[in-house]
Amino acid sequence: MKFDLNVNGKTVSVDVPPDMPLLWVLRDELHLYGTKYGCGEGHCGACTVHMRGRAMRSCQVQASVAANSPIITIEGLSADGTHPVQQAWKALDVPECGYCQAGQIMSAAALLATTPKPTDAQIDAAMNGNICRCGTYARIREGIHRAASGK
Amino acid sequence: MSNLLVDRRSFLRVTALAGGGLMIAAYIDFDAGDALAQGRQGGAPLAPNAFIKIAPNGQVTIIGKNPEIGQGIKTALPMLIADELDVDWKDVTVEQGDLDARYGTQSAGGSTAIPGNWEPMRRVGATARHLLVAAAAAQWSVPASELTTASGRVLHAGSRRSIGYGELATAAASMPMPDPAAVRFKDAKDYKIIGQRIPGVDLDQIVTGKPLFTSDMHLPGMQFAVFERCPVFGGKVASANLDQLKALPGVKHAFVVEGGTTPNGLLSGVAIVADGWWQAETARKQLKVTWNEGAGSSDSSEAFAKRAAQMANQLPPQSTRSDGDVEAALKSAAKVVEGAYAYPFLNHAQIEPMSATARVDGNRCEIWAGTQTPGGGRSLVAQTLGIPPENVTVHMVRIGGSFGRRLYNDHLAEAAHIAKVAGVPVQVRWTREDDMTHDLFRPGGFHFLKGGVDASGKLVAWRNHFITFTPDGQRATSSGTVGATEFPARFVPNYALFTSMIPSNVPTGAMRAPGSNALAFVMQSFIDELAHAAGRDPLQFRLDLLAGPLVVPPPNPNAPPGGGRGGGGGGGWTPARMRAVLELVRDKSGWGRTKLPQGTAMGVAFHFSHQGYFAEVAEVSVDASKRVKVNKVWVAGDIGRQIINPLKAEAQVSGSVIDGLSHLMAFELTIANGRAVQRNLDEHEPLRMRQAPRQVEAHFVTSDNNPTGLGEPALPPILPAVCNAIFTATGTRVRSLPLSKHGYRWA
Repeated sequence: MKFDLNVNGKTVSVDVPPDMPLLWVLRDELHLYGTKYGCGEGHCGACTVHMRGRAMRSCQVQASVAANSPIITIEGLSADGTHPVQQAWKALDVPECGYCQAGQIMSAAALLATTPKPTDAQIDAAMNGNICRCGTYARIREGIHRAASGK
Repeated sequence: MSNLLVDRRSFLRVTALAGGGLMIAAYIDFDAGDALAQGRQGGAPLAPNAFIKIAPNGQVTIIGKNPEIGQGIKTALPMLIADELDVDWKDVTVEQGDLDARYGTQSAGGSTAIPGNWEPMRRVGATARHLLVAAAAAQWSVPASELTTASGRVLHAGSRRSIGYGELATAAASMPMPDPAAVRFKDAKDYKIIGQRIPGVDLDQIVTGKPLFTSDMHLPGMQFAVFERCPVFGGKVASANLDQLKALPGVKHAFVVEGGTTPNGLLSGVAIVADGWWQAETARKQLKVTWNEGAGSSDSSEAFAKRAAQMANQLPPQSTRSDGDVEAALKSAAKVVEGAYAYPFLNHAQIEPMSATARVDGNRCEIWAGTQTPGGGRSLVAQTLGIPPENVTVHMVRIGGSFGRRLYNDHLAEAAHIAKVAGVPVQVRWTREDDMTHDLFRPGGFHFLKGGVDASGKLVAWRNHFITFTPDGQRATSSGTVGATEFPARFVPNYALFTSMIPSNVPTGAMRAPGSNALAFVMQSFIDELAHAAGRDPLQFRLDLLAGPLVVPPPNPNAPPGGGRGGGGGGGWTPARMRAVLELVRDKSGWGRTKLPQGTAMGVAFHFSHQGYFAEVAEVSVDASKRVKVNKVWVAGDIGRQIINPLKAEAQVSGSVIDGLSHLMAFELTIANGRAVQRNLDEHEPLRMRQAPRQVEAHFVTSDNNPTGLGEPALPPILPAVCNAIFTATGTRVRSLPLSKHGYRWA
């Protein structure tokens, strides 16, 4: 099935099965490899992108459903890695293996867009769907506070 | 191990680069230490190693030779070279090396990279610096002894001259190689990079989502494969509806792979190759396979536990170790405690599922994959394809977490075989369900313990009947052993260890801190039981135990299978170093000096593994409905005199604690009908952010020992530290894992 997607501010045409998860369209059709596969069932958050500004697990979104929604991936979060969350992640050296971090950053950015000064409890709630197997949680929390502080 | 480093033979060769510049090729016998350790004569042939390139414009490129799995080694090893070379870190570009004999050992496992490379990597840098100084001395006609270096320049204070390394590089390439004894290393006080908080070299690429991992790469003409393996370990394909699959959209090939039954090799299964991975995975839903499940289909966790309970009192005729007279000591002890401990099989649950890309061209193969053992991967691919190992090129790709899973190269074998059959480059990608159900699992185990303390509260008797698994009736399953030197052997005058084995087809293997990740829970929990039975403070009880005279009997030459070396927890470690970390963690945590509310308590544990000494205290709250919160963890470790990169060291410590908490609460891989029951992360759930301790404090004792690794040794003590805190807080002793099986959950 042919349809258009709006990804990182550009309209792109794809021809894929309508039920193909957005994750695989992004990765294998559009070659945007920053969004990661971790579980395919929405448990881990590695595939988090923004749809209409909200954090969504792209493995749980059928591509055809995404057709009318602006989608932002890690590649489109900023032009040059200067989104406050990316800068905070760099300042604190948040990642270990790095595989989950695009999803963590997208969840954090979506939180800050609606809650510019989140409390620890709000961070816990927003980030609960993102697993980091390396256990970088303390630095993720600090990174969100740092991004919120405008440092 | 570390004292052998000084015996390593090193030679270096300098090469002029085309277009000017310098490359240092270091002939370093990386295997000499291992050869000596194994009592072999000599070592492996000397291999050249090319680590540094200095371009005429002063640009310095340093090769990171080891697999990067998040532990920071791609940053740490080049730091060692750069500091001795005396360049500024900002001027260094790090490149990942491919598998290449010139680099010596390339692996990630056993926390061995730091102890094995601390001296050789610094020597590479120091020798390059020596050559650059020699070139400047020749150019200026001054003695080399009058020259110093700083920030990539050679300086002559007397004439106030200086010159950049880039301008000297071509001349340095023609300087004679120095006698290794003449190469001077920096004093530690002069380090400018070692000991600094250096961010990971791939940081910018990670936070901007650049392609870094195996499945992020795309070769021209590449197709994608899924591979259906028999759900029962050791089973084989009888038949499959291949013709039906081949007619599905995008499917190019569907075929049976004969494979074998070696769990870390190419298994029997059905490969589906398609233009797109989603097409292959969609086709797989139509796959119908008849399996010959084989003998493994009767294995189950429930049956294993029943069998272990039946065997508990049937001690085998021979002990793995026996000191003193444990039976007499148990009879005469003032207090005797018994405990039946158990822990389950675990999946590695690394966040990046297995994947590999292969291109086979005649009798040559090129592989792109994450692997902790690229050399083993090359051998396996060569064997799988029936080609010489030197015809296999392995490109080492950044790894999205591993925890030991990619010590095994089954994914490489699959990609190579499927690419050969398909005749095009193929990327094999595993689903999470593939990954959960086909692993070399951390083995479960059972320990039937009996211990005694005397009237003065001293530990006098310890008997452990350890029940593990065996794939062949002869040897214990991989990573399922308790070594004859496992703690508390040597520290208890009357000690006996017996090992029995249950037949099993479940494939097992090494997982972060192998052996230790389970054994510390058992030993440090039971020590705690005995401390409480003796009416003693559990931390002081441990200090006293470590201060006692050591029992060192002759080794038992007839030790039955199942003995041997455990997971790094054995060996002749130094009690004084462990006492020092225990005292440090006591002081940092305020142990015994902090008034805690009802339902909140501290627990302590220590463990030696991978040459590292670690003691940990956890402050834990448990409420009436068994909701657990780990409020804070204090970690004290001794990994030698130098923390190479404190930023990554602290990350390894807090990451190890969080990994251990995942094991503790919710990791369990259950076997039923010979297959894995759990299929995704919701059933084998890693710790989430709100469940993690708010604070993990890492403290290091800097003892005068060569630096050792930190990927593993901080993990084992956290499990018993939390369980011991739960006991103090609630009076309930946890003797089997995971906690979720006993009604506990995170607060």
